[in-house]
Amino acid sequence: MAEPTPEVHVPLRGLMGELDKFLATLRQGGFGIGGLLLILIALVAVFSLFEPTTFPRATTLQAMMFQLPELGLLSLAMAIPLISGGINLAIIATANAAGLLMAYILTALMPPETQGGALVLWMMGAFAAGLLLCLAIGAVTGLMVAVLGVHPILVTLGTMTLLHGCSIYFTRGRTLSGFPDALIQISNDTVLGVPISFFVFVVVAALVHLLLTRTALGVRIHMIGSNLEATRFSGVDTRRVLVSVYVLSSLLCFLAAIVMMARFNSAGADIAGSYLLITILAAILGGIDPYGGFGRISGLFVALWILQTIASGFNLMNLSPHLALASWGFILLLVMGVKRFRISWNARPRTERPKA
Amino acid sequence: MPKTLRFVFGRTEAALGAAIVITAIVLSLSSPYFLTVANLVDLVEAYSVTTILAAGVFVVLVSGGIDISFTATASAAQYLAAYLIVSRGVPAVSALALAALLGIALGSINALLTYHLRVVSIIVTIATSSIYYALLIYFTDAQEIYNLPDWWSNGVSFFRTETAAGDIVRITLPIVVMIAVLALTHQLMNRSRIGRQVYAFGGNPEAASRVGINILKVQLFAYGYLGLLAAIAGFIQAGRVHQAVPTAMNGQELNVLAVAILGGASLVGGIGSTGGVILGVLFLAMLQNGLNLLGVSSYFFGVVTGLAILASITMTGLAEKYARRRRVTRTG
Repeated sequence: MAEPTPEVHVPLRGLMGELDKFLATLRQGGFGIGGLLLILIALVAVFSLFEPTTFPRATTLQAMMFQLPELGLLSLAMAIPLISGGINLAIIATANAAGLLMAYILTALMPPETQGGALVLWMMGAFAAGLLLCLAIGAVTGLMVAVLGVHPILVTLGTMTLLHGCSIYFTRGRTLSGFPDALIQISNDTVLGVPISFFVFVVVAALVHLLLTRTALGVRIHMIGSNLEATRFSGVDTRRVLVSVYVLSSLLCFLAAIVMMARFNSAGADIAGSYLLITILAAILGGIDPYGGFGRISGLFVALWILQTIASGFNLMNLSPHLALASWGFILLLVMGVKRFRISWNARPRTERPKA
Repeated sequence: MPKTLRFVFGRTEAALGAAIVITAIVLSLSSPYFLTVANLVDLVEAYSVTTILAAGVFVVLVSGGIDISFTATASAAQYLAAYLIVSRGVPAVSALALAALLGIALGSINALLTYHLRVVSIIVTIATSSIYYALLIYFTDAQEIYNLPDWWSNGVSFFRTETAAGDIVRITLPIVVMIAVLALTHQLMNRSRIGRQVYAFGGNPEAASRVGINILKVQLFAYGYLGLLAAIAGFIQAGRVHQAVPTAMNGQELNVLAVAILGGASLVGGIGSTGGVILGVLFLAMLQNGLNLLGVSSYFFGVVTGLAILASITMTGLAEKYARRRRVTRTG
């Protein structure tokens, strides 16, 4: 016999029904993309109010599009392991190691006056080398996580230290620079006013979104994030999924490495080190569950825009970038607090049900 | 696995101890300077800050949490003490006490947020660390404080002697403080009620709360204690480099975490010992010192540290796997 279903909400038609569904989601403790969009809109409104002559301008938007891709790609590299219930602390170290390898090929091995077809070949070769390195790093990390069953924080703490150590050893702490113009153009050229690197980021983010939501692998990544053992017992080769997670993460680091090389015109062991914790902050702000299993790339995308809007807005208001960093932390705590409040509000002891 | 092997692989501390003995033998055979009192005392002093921090991180790890913000706490406490003493002329004792209180307060904020928001502590402390650091640098303008009082920057020697080889051996404040901190941590974690509660809570939070352990109190203790030790480490670090720099320890948090984990503290909580922390620091210190003495480039040190961490977790991982397999075959 079927249990009597508890009254959740009265289904209404049309707009009222949609509104009701929206309110129900809010009550269930979901701080979905709606809440994040509200924060973003509020931020844009506030900054436009304070800096009406400089903030709401196409140039500001373009500047933000120039700055977003590298943090964006690195955040994607962090998001996939987080959704799988793990973490990849080695993303920056991986990107820098790949960047250094590619930079070494393009500056030390390639003859300086290479032009035309030869240049294309050299660049393809450099990219291939970086790609292979990232594939290898991802595979080894994934295998260690999958086979040893050690927590990914530990494994990637180790790979991070090792990769950073190798980069430091090979460069002696110096940076490599002086790349071919063709590479620099990735970060400087625009199409219809939109930077190429931003196009790259949007396409990659869309692909990652499709992969996570529309493919078997994506579903499995969510599943192992929810419950690794249950997924294993339901006949999924969890080891293979884990290896794929870290290979994918490292591939995204490879793309980030190219964008970073192009933007900074240099490669080194310590570039973008401060991004590591910020990628986690962005991912969690974007609604990715730190325990794994849940999270959407769209949420991450909006979260990145929130962070970038704060950074650009504070910059235009001549406020210290350190204050922007502090407010990133505050916003994360705020979102966590609202989530927590919703959950406990929802679970509060109720003697009588208020009638709507 | 044979019994002796299981003993070695089963406990990280034992494996680490064996690795240390082997390293020490190899190093003392290849460099006559390694096993001199002067070298060993220098080594201890050089690693005093890391050891104090690792002892605090160890307590939080045992409680089942992670803290990323302690370097920010250390810098804030260090700066406050230096500012009060140098710029405001506050007596040293009250300045240090105030700064230590700041450390405890910043740690307690982490505990309160973790407890009330029910979020994993790594997320909370990533947020608070960006807030602490950013505010510290904003308010201090990243300005160093140079003219520290003499007792602070030149250190107090408790014991001073000259060895036969002509090296001066000094037992300085950092060494004494480090030993005191380790002894205190060991006593608290093994002999006090709250210390045992930290182990119980880290081992199984649900069970701990069912038997009536006050979870908030345990977390306040763990994070507050780390805050206090971070403040102490901050004072020592400023003394060693003769200045208080707001960004001095920025980016060191994961290295210290690695040291504590190398010493056998588990991220799952409930496992670890003060002895393990000492061994973890000792192992890394000896490796670095040994590489220097053997004339290997100091740039190589990161590679060695990374390999040591990976080797250590591989061994613990394999040991746990074998233990699990044996349990399964025995019962099933």
